[in-house]
Amino acid sequence: MSEFDQLYREVILDHYKNPRGHGELEGADAHAEGQNPLCGDEVSIFVAFGDDGDTIDEVKFSGRGCAISQAATSMLTEMVQGRSATEVASLPRDELLDEIGIPLSPVRLKCALLGLSTLKLALHKAKGTPLPEEWAGASGDLDLK
Amino acid sequence: MAVTAHTKLDAAKLRADFPIFEQEIRGKPLAYLDSAVSSHKPRQVLDKLRTFYETSYANVHRGVYTLSEIATAEYEGAREKVAQFVNAPDARELIFTHGATESLNLVAYAWGLDNLGPGDVVVVTELEHHSNFVPWQYIAKRNGATFAAIPLDEHGELRFDTLDEIALLGNVKVVANNLVSNALGTINPVERLAAWAHDQGAIMVVDAAQAAPHHPIDVQQLDCDFLAFSSHKMCGPTSVGALWGRASLLEAMAPFNLGGHMIRSVTLEETTWGQLPYKFEAGTQPIAEAVGFGAAVDYVTDVGIGAIEEHERELLVYALDRLADVPGFVGYGPPADRRAGIVSFNIDGIHPHDVAQVIDMDGVAIRAGHHCCQPLMSKLGVAATNRASFYLYTIPEEIDRLVAGLHKAHKLLGP
Repeated sequence: MSEFDQLYREVILDHYKNPRGHGELEGADAHAEGQNPLCGDEVSIFVAFGDDGDTIDEVKFSGRGCAISQAATSMLTEMVQGRSATEVASLPRDELLDEIGIPLSPVRLKCALLGLSTLKLALHKAKGTPLPEEWAGASGDLDLK
Repeated sequence: MAVTAHTKLDAAKLRADFPIFEQEIRGKPLAYLDSAVSSHKPRQVLDKLRTFYETSYANVHRGVYTLSEIATAEYEGAREKVAQFVNAPDARELIFTHGATESLNLVAYAWGLDNLGPGDVVVVTELEHHSNFVPWQYIAKRNGATFAAIPLDEHGELRFDTLDEIALLGNVKVVANNLVSNALGTINPVERLAAWAHDQGAIMVVDAAQAAPHHPIDVQQLDCDFLAFSSHKMCGPTSVGALWGRASLLEAMAPFNLGGHMIRSVTLEETTWGQLPYKFEAGTQPIAEAVGFGAAVDYVTDVGIGAIEEHERELLVYALDRLADVPGFVGYGPPADRRAGIVSFNIDGIHPHDVAQVIDMDGVAIRAGHHCCQPLMSKLGVAATNRASFYLYTIPEEIDRLVAGLHKAHKLLGP
């Protein structure tokens, strides 16, 4: 497999070129913005809950970013649909990384996880779910609002 | 600037001086197009560092013993070289720092805190690297002064027509500008800006980090008051740089780092400061690195700054010509005749990060990001760009490989 194919697997390119969940949600139940100041990825996450106020009905994202960040966030929106906010708030990053399934350098790791960090922040803001320990206080290199 | 006759440089031959080019990247020879962020080091500098540590190293200015005298002579000899490199009238005006960023912070804090207040205006530009933007913004805010930035036109050049408006904001006390923009390659008319600054009664601070390695610098001709540059961008080691400043200003200023060696006398009641340059060189300085900096000045001077400038101009023209054929290529910055050897660009529809990643797979190194110029990126309406930059060891084949990589990126990731 060529190096390009290893990093930019067909499934990544597919999600990049046809992102699932791309767009915004008016009147969203939860919302947050995230940026990767190291390289200029930006993402806005919108969440709509089902009638029970806890099950994630729909997640949409907008913003501009590299193929890895866009593809990862697109995959994420599919992964979390129908799951509870509490569960997703502590979704292990490895679960997303396994789904992405490509070798990622520390720099590109941040691209891949931007959507997940921002989603967890949205849930925290809307429902008070805990932020992962690694982000308690400081959000490291990511700028999350 | 006077154009003097010089021999054309032979980049392929000079490349042999740089051991790094023996490295392979992913099985391919290194094509290094990121000298704007930092330059590689020739054997001549590496050997000097090693020899110094092996034969002459000691702490400087303190010992009475022979080894200390030898080390001191080397360190002060390096200072003379670096001072001459920018045509400083006096070597005691040449302070060794840890780099251009520290040099600029030194002026912002040690001069700024005592000289800026409400009603005063601190003027930077939209082109500034964060190191010549953030310290000024911070000190201005801290002291209640107004902070303003000269805007750019569509070519990425300063709009001199806005200066009158800026002068109305208050007492302009300091103007800070980069001689060469690391993001766009714009060459700023610093002499003109310095004249305006002095008319306003302001000091002129020049960030020469990007300029010093590639263009002749003459602080007397520029008529600036402070000038900052770094060793690592001009073939020297990291962790050392310089601040040139007018003696009258440096002498009147508060100190910056305090402690050993920058004092004259210390008692329980009071401490008095040492003479220039030592007043601003507290503690043990990067001694070997300063000596390496001196060796880098020798190397670059031998190659010839004029020859380097011309070499990069030729590469720039070649690069812009070849890049124009890349589908989706969008370039930023002034035309080639008004620009340094830097090309900032985007490929429409592909994020700069992905461009740089694909290029890296073929052993080509370029930069992707905001280049520590977020205000500029904002002005350009982009989050990030790709940047290719040249130096004395850059050869046309590296540009060819960049172009091939860009075509590939467009094919694989383009819309």
